[in-house]
Amino acid sequence: MATANIPRKEPEITPELVAEHGLSEEEYQRIVEILGRAPTFTELGVFSALWSEHCGYKNSKPLLRLLPTEAPWVLQGPGENAGVIDIGDGFALAFKIESHNHPSAVEPYQGAATGVGGILRDVFTMGARPIAVLDSLRFGQPTSPRVRYLFSGAVRGAGDYGNCVGIPNIGGEVFFEEAYEGNPLVNVMALGLMRKEQLIRATASGPGNPILAVGARTGRDGIHGATFASEELSDESDAKRPQVQVGDPFTEKLLLEASLELIYSGHIVGIQDMGAAGLASSSSEMAARAGTGVDIDVALVPTREPDMTAYEILLSESQERMLVVAKAGHEDEVRKILEKWELEAAVIGRVTDDGIYRVRENGVVVCEIPGEPLVKGCPTYVREARESETIQALRAWDPYEAERARPLADPTAALRRLLASPNIASKAWVYNQFDSTVRGNTVQEPGGAAGVLRIEGTRRGVAATVDCNGRYVYLNPRRGAMIAVAEAARNLVCVGARPRAVTNNLNFGNPLKPEVYYQLREAVLGIAEACKRFETPVTGGNVSLYNESPSGAIYPTPVIGMVGILDDVARHVTLPFREPGNAIVLLGANTDELGGSEYLKVIHGRVGGDAPAVDLDAEKRLQELVLELADRELLASANDCSEGGLAVCIAECAVADRLKPLGVDVELSDALPTAALLFGEAQGRIVISCAEEHVEEVLRAADRHGVPAARIGTVGEPGGTFTIRTPEAEIRAPIAELAEIYHTAIPRIMDEPTTLAGGTGDA
Amino acid sequence: MRVAIVTFPGSNCDHDCYRAATEVLHADAKLIWHRERDLGNPDLVILPGGFSYGDYLRPGAIARFSPIMEEVVRYAKAGRPVLGICNGFHILCEAGLLPGALVRNRTLKFLGLDVFVRVENAGTMFTSAYTEGQVLRLPIAHGEGNYVADAATLEALEAEGRVVFRYVDANGEATDEANLNGSMRNIAGIINERGNVLGLMPHPERAVSALLGSTDGRGIFESILAAIQGTPLGAAIAG
Repeated sequence: MATANIPRKEPEITPELVAEHGLSEEEYQRIVEILGRAPTFTELGVFSALWSEHCGYKNSKPLLRLLPTEAPWVLQGPGENAGVIDIGDGFALAFKIESHNHPSAVEPYQGAATGVGGILRDVFTMGARPIAVLDSLRFGQPTSPRVRYLFSGAVRGAGDYGNCVGIPNIGGEVFFEEAYEGNPLVNVMALGLMRKEQLIRATASGPGNPILAVGARTGRDGIHGATFASEELSDESDAKRPQVQVGDPFTEKLLLEASLELIYSGHIVGIQDMGAAGLASSSSEMAARAGTGVDIDVALVPTREPDMTAYEILLSESQERMLVVAKAGHEDEVRKILEKWELEAAVIGRVTDDGIYRVRENGVVVCEIPGEPLVKGCPTYVREARESETIQALRAWDPYEAERARPLADPTAALRRLLASPNIASKAWVYNQFDSTVRGNTVQEPGGAAGVLRIEGTRRGVAATVDCNGRYVYLNPRRGAMIAVAEAARNLVCVGARPRAVTNNLNFGNPLKPEVYYQLREAVLGIAEACKRFETPVTGGNVSLYNESPSGAIYPTPVIGMVGILDDVARHVTLPFREPGNAIVLLGANTDELGGSEYLKVIHGRVGGDAPAVDLDAEKRLQELVLELADRELLASANDCSEGGLAVCIAECAVADRLKPLGVDVELSDALPTAALLFGEAQGRIVISCAEEHVEEVLRAADRHGVPAARIGTVGEPGGTFTIRTPEAEIRAPIAELAEIYHTAIPRIMDEPTTLAGGTGDA
Repeated sequence: MRVAIVTFPGSNCDHDCYRAATEVLHADAKLIWHRERDLGNPDLVILPGGFSYGDYLRPGAIARFSPIMEEVVRYAKAGRPVLGICNGFHILCEAGLLPGALVRNRTLKFLGLDVFVRVENAGTMFTSAYTEGQVLRLPIAHGEGNYVADAATLEALEAEGRVVFRYVDANGEATDEANLNGSMRNIAGIINERGNVLGLMPHPERAVSALLGSTDGRGIFESILAAIQGTPLGAAIAG
C-alpha cells in the first residue's frame, strides 16, 4: 500500500488560505500560540473544522450555558453524542435532534437522507437501539416549483433512509413560509432505547488501546461539510454540491447492528460516528473526553480512491463510518463481529497518554496538536445584540388594522381556507412516505398530537414531539421560544405523557449580525425559562447558524424536540373525536390574540403583531390537569390549540379520522372579536372530549388545578354538520366537505400542481 | 411449535416476526442468519420484511442467493409452510417459489399506512381462521409492492383460488382507489399451487396487538398454528 515515505508538498499558509478556512486573524494567532509555530496545511484544516460553528459552537456556547441541563432523571447531559434520561424499569432513553439544512438546500434527497443517518448514529453509539425518528421540515411556499423539488426530495430522502434502516417515523412538523425559500430547514430527531447499564460514552480511554476505522471507506465527499454548514448560502452554493455526502442506508443498518453487538460484547471502550468533520473531529473529541492523546496514521485508513492526502482523509465526511476504540488484545473478537456484518475495519492507530493529537502519513508526522485546546479551546464569542427596528415596528403593528380594513364576513369560508393552508392541512402526504410501524411498537403514528411508542416488556410508553412556530419567534424571540417549549409540552400531555426532557435545534441566521444574535440570545433565554418551569432540562442538541440566502435570513427557528413518559401506555389519549354525543370541553381561556396568527397570514396576507402571550404557570397547571384526566381515563380525545386557533383545533379533532369524520355542535359565548375567538392563537388551551357523564368530573378537576374550563359543545354524527356559533357569527359546513379540504390540500399541491388556481405554469 | 425466521443483511422486520411468533404462537422461535445452511427442522419458516441487501439491483434479487435459501427452497418443495412478508414476498418470487414479481408502486412513492385487504380464500393453511370475504385492516410499508404477472399466470391464480388477499376499500370493494400500489387485480397476497408457500405485501405481524391499533393479522398465525397442530378451527372456518 504505502508507496513512499515522503510527505507531500502542502500548500503554503497565507492569510487568504486562512480566511478560506473560515478562521479569523485572531483565531489564527491563537492557533500559532497553541502550536508555538505556524500550522501545517493539514493542521489548519483540522483547526478549521473543529473551530467551525458546527463543531465548536463558537458563537453559541456562552448562550447555551444558560440552559438548564440537570434533573434527577438525566443520565447524560450535553456534550455527548446524545442526551440520555432514565425512564424507569431499568431502561434509559437516548435522544437528540440535528440539522442538515445546508446540504438539503442544494441536494435535498441526500441532504435529508444523511441527516437521518447521522442522527441515528449519534443515538446508537450511546448503546441505544434507535426506536423512532421525527422530522421537522421548513420550506418556502410550495406554489414554487423549486420548493416542491426541495420538499419532495427531502421527504423522499428522509423516508428512503429511515425506511430502509427500519426505524419508525412517529411524528414531525412541516411549515411553509417565504422566509425559508432559499434556505430550507431539515431537522431530524432520533430516539433510542437501552438498558441503563448499556450506556457507553464516546471516549478514547486506555493508552495503548487500538483505534479502528469501521464501515464505509473514506472518499473525497463532504470535505469541509462542517465549514460549509457554518457560512451563508449564496448563489455559488450549488457549486458546493460535492460537499454534500451520499448516504447508504444498507451499510447504516449493518453498522447499527454491528455497533450494538460490539458495545454489548464488552470488547470496546468507546465508539463515535465519523460525522461532521469526519475522522478529525471524532478522533480528537474521543481523546479529549478521556484526557488522552491519539496517534493515527492516515495511510492505514481504507480509502475509496487513491492518492488521498492526510488533509482529505481527516476532513472527509463520507457517510456510514465509525471510529471504534477497542480494548487492547480484543482486536480479533472485534473483527469477528464486524466480519459477520460484512463490514470493513482497520486498525489506524493507538490511544496515547501524552494528550497530543498526532497524525501521521506513512509514519511521517503531518499533524501534531495539543488535544485539549484543539477540542475545547475554540474561541467563543459574545456578539453584539440589537433588535431590528423593522421587527419592532412589525410587533407594534395592530392586527385589527387589517381586520378593520377587511372585516371577517364569512367565517366558514375563512375556516375552509385555513384548513387548506399547507401549514394546517393534513401532513399525511409526508408521513405516508414513512414507515411508521416497523418494529411493532408504535402506539400512535404521525398525525396525532405526539408520537407514542410502547416500551416492550414494561407497561410504559414514551412520547415525542418536535415543535416551533418560527413566525412567533420572529416577532418576539423570547416569547416565541417559550411558546415552542410550551406547545411541545402540551402536545405530550395531550397523548397522556409527562414531559421529561428536551433536545433543541437552534436554526438561526448569521450571528455576526446584531439583529440575528439578538434573536439567538433572546430565544435561548426563552427556552431556558420555559424548560426550568416545566422541569424539562435540555440534554443536548444542535446549533445551525448562517441560515441565510441571498433573499435574507430565515425566521429564527429554535426547534424543540421533547420526550415524555407514560407510566401506563394503555392509557394513552388520541386526537380524533371518537363518539357521537361526547361532550367537548375547552381547557384554558380564550383571550384576544390575533398577532402572528395563520389567520392573519392566510386571510390578510400579513405577518405582524406580537406573538401570543404565554403564561408558563398557567401552562404548567394545564399540563398537570390533562395528565390527571388522562391518568383517570376520563378523556376520549385531546388536541392542543395552536396554528389556526380554536376553530381549526376543533375541526382537526372532527376530521382527523378520515374514514369517519364526525359532526360538531359548539357554542362559544366569550365577548371577543369574532376573528380572535375563532382563529386567534391564544396559548394555554387544549380541547378535549369526554363521555357526557364525565363532564362534571372534568370541570371539577379543572377547578382544583386552577384551570379555566367550559363545556362548549357536543360531538355529532358521522358525516354530520360542523357548527360553531359565536355571539356574532356562525361557522356551518358539512363535515365531509371540511374533511375533504383538510386531507387533500397538500396532495393537490404536490401531485397535481398544474391544477392549482393561479398555477405556476410548470409542467 | 418451532419457527425459523431468516435474517438477511438489511432485514428489518425479523424482530417483529419473532415477537408475533413468540407472543401469538407461543412458538420456540429462532432467528437464522442468512449465511447458515441449516434451518433446524422448524414447523414454519418466515422470510421477514425489510431491505435485504438494501434492495440493490432489485428487492430480493441478491438475498435469494444467500446460502440459507437453498435450504428454504428444499423445505418449501417438501411441502412445509413458508410465509414471506413484504421483502420476504419479493425473495419468494425471485427464488421462483411464487409466480410473478413486485415492481415500483404506481405512485412512485413509498407507501406507509394502513390499508384494507379482503380474504379471498379462507381455505388455506394460512387463512383458515378468517372467513371468506372478511376485510382486514393491515399496515403496508413498501416502495415496490405493485404485483405483476403475465395473463396466463393471473388466470391460473384466479382459477385456482390462489389470490389469497386483495386490496379493497373499507366496504370490502376491490376498487381502483383502494389499490394504492397499482397491483394487477388488486392482488395483495398469493399462494403457491401446493398451498404451502404464502407471500403477501401487508404486514400481519404488525397487527397482532389492540394497543397498536389492529389485531387483524393474528388470524394468519393462528391459522398456521391450527394447521400444524392439526387442531380444527371449527367455527372459524365458515366460508
